[in-house]
Amino acid sequence: MTTTNRPAISVPTEAPSRRRLRFRSGDIVKLMFVAPAAIYVALFFGYPVVKNVIMGFQEYTTQTFFTGEAPWVGLSNYVTAISSQLFVPALWNTAIFTFGSIAGQFTIGLALAVFFQRKFPLSGFMQAILLLPWLLPLIVASATWRSIMDLDGGVLNQALGVVGLDAIPWLTDPSFALMAVILVNIWVGIPFNLTVLYGGLQEIPEDQYEAAALDGATGWKAFWHITLPNLRGVIAVVLILGVVYTLKVIDIILGLTNGGPANATQTLAIRAYESSFVDFEFGIGAAFSNILILISLVFALIYLRGIRRSAN
Amino acid sequence: MRKHHPHGTCRRVMAAMAVVVLLALTACGDGTTSQGASPLTLTVLDYYNNDPNESLMQAALDNCAAEIDVEIDRETVPGKDLIQKVLQRASSRTLPDVLMLDNPDVQEIAKTGGLSPLSDYDVDTSGFTQGILDAATYEGEVYGLGPVVSTLGLFYNVEMLEEAGIEPPETWDELKTAAAELTTGDRYGIAFSAIASYEGAWQFLPFMWSNGGDETDLESPETAEALRLWVDLVNSGVASQSVINWTQGDVKDQFVAGNTAMMINGSWQIPTLEASDIEYASVQVPVNEAGTTPVAPLGGEVWTVPITGDEAKQAKAAEFVTCLSSEESQMEIAEATYKVPTRTSLIDEYVAKEPSMEAFAEQVRNARSRTGKVGTDWPATATTMYAAIQLALTGQASAEEAFKQAAEN
Repeated sequence: MTTTNRPAISVPTEAPSRRRLRFRSGDIVKLMFVAPAAIYVALFFGYPVVKNVIMGFQEYTTQTFFTGEAPWVGLSNYVTAISSQLFVPALWNTAIFTFGSIAGQFTIGLALAVFFQRKFPLSGFMQAILLLPWLLPLIVASATWRSIMDLDGGVLNQALGVVGLDAIPWLTDPSFALMAVILVNIWVGIPFNLTVLYGGLQEIPEDQYEAAALDGATGWKAFWHITLPNLRGVIAVVLILGVVYTLKVIDIILGLTNGGPANATQTLAIRAYESSFVDFEFGIGAAFSNILILISLVFALIYLRGIRRSAN
Repeated sequence: MRKHHPHGTCRRVMAAMAVVVLLALTACGDGTTSQGASPLTLTVLDYYNNDPNESLMQAALDNCAAEIDVEIDRETVPGKDLIQKVLQRASSRTLPDVLMLDNPDVQEIAKTGGLSPLSDYDVDTSGFTQGILDAATYEGEVYGLGPVVSTLGLFYNVEMLEEAGIEPPETWDELKTAAAELTTGDRYGIAFSAIASYEGAWQFLPFMWSNGGDETDLESPETAEALRLWVDLVNSGVASQSVINWTQGDVKDQFVAGNTAMMINGSWQIPTLEASDIEYASVQVPVNEAGTTPVAPLGGEVWTVPITGDEAKQAKAAEFVTCLSSEESQMEIAEATYKVPTRTSLIDEYVAKEPSMEAFAEQVRNARSRTGKVGTDWPATATTMYAAIQLALTGQASAEEAFKQAAEN
């Protein structure tokens, strides 16, 4: 049986041609569905990233835009970027900004998500209100917060005054400015965390809580032993995406402090922006943003590994 | 027979096409010969994207379009987006026919090779204030004309000064004393912009230049002395610590709200001040020693002719730019926007019409362009300047060390 059947099943010359044939008829249709997305990603994500990596090795000036000539300079842009006095402070600020923002956004977002899991009058309305920061253009949000945090006439300091506290120089003192931009970025990021975590909470089967309640696990215990383990996948997504989003924040910082006072809110993203569009040193700007891309990539890889593990 | 049929249709199609082509040609012919229906549309790009300036400029643009018989297709973008837009367009070869640039950016853009020198079109550039020509000159060629310029001055609240019995200050000492006397519980004596951007550097220039400081040597004692004045004003509490975070727009808001008795600001704020209830007046920026000539930086925009490849259009664009800087056009724009005409011969007549602009007009005569000496190094110079200002005002460095420390960044 097997010996007679074998040639019929695996004829080495026939197999590839048959596959090619099947590819032509069926897969082309499938490909056509994928193609628009693939072309879009290649054009609007692939091209800029590749271009940016290349720019990092070129002397790219305003002239280049018109003439197209950009001489190769090897690693000199990276040397300039990394040896700048502001590099280490910017790296440090980026880390504090990212960690602080994520910690605040996540904690508050999770607390609110759990809070809104219970249905109570106006809960839907309140949730909608909490999404507002997401809808507001960042430039508007930062301008508004700038006036709220103003040293002399800002609402925030007036409120502190009512409680008997001294006015805090939020945006004008180098030791407070980074904290101030983190606070605003937390405010901006809460809706994203709230929404995704709230969605995750809906997936947890109600009977798990019921079963746990029978064993006496309610409140904190239920949160710790049921909610958190069930949310693990969603939490990973929120945190990793949060880190990648936060690393590249510039609008909020530009709007609030312009990187000041005295460079206190300089991050790598701000350095990239300023090198390119303030000093017109596009190669150095590209070097800064490539360093950022590299850092983001590390987190993206952790994310992908996490996904693969949970899929297995 | 069968073979003739296709020929027949072909001939008919060709005949029809010929008619279409003829029609098209005559249509074009009509356009160029008949008056009124203008065939040429010039695209214009500028950053006057907010009223009142957007519509005030529109009026001037429309006048010149009518004068040289072209249509204009105008696009406005926010100020900080203009250079990015220009660079994008330069790389895709879609530059507008007429491009407005902030004067310190002209040399940087001229360097790209994307602008055509006005000498290509025999534009007469004589009779203009030297400062604005310097700003628009790159490697010996003038690349644009600015119809009007602005500069900085000291505005004061007339009521507050009268109440305190104080004359508007002319020297730094008088400025410090006046500011101190005008400072009350919820009011500061003076406000200025020391923000970490070009605005902060630009506001510092009149103090630095009038004191003999120079952008080619930022570590001079004269420049440090000017910075010390700012540090003193903030540290003594007569100016808010917030100046390091205020744009010039914020400074104007503080002045209009009555939160400050005096401010350093530009004449372009006057339309807004006019609309407020504040009774204001202005003098030149105070100098260190009485009798010194105040030297202020020249602000204002320059209109240029990018290289688009269409030489007929470029020539027309040059005509358009020339028209915008004609005597009538200059006076019209100057009066509408409270800026000073760049033709020196017009300044007296202008001051006679707008007496409130006297201090600014006087200051323009001696004003300097930011790129006159350092050219395309201006962005780097400005960055060092505002970094140093921020270091000194936040107490991270002394006024003497600030520029050195900032230069290392």
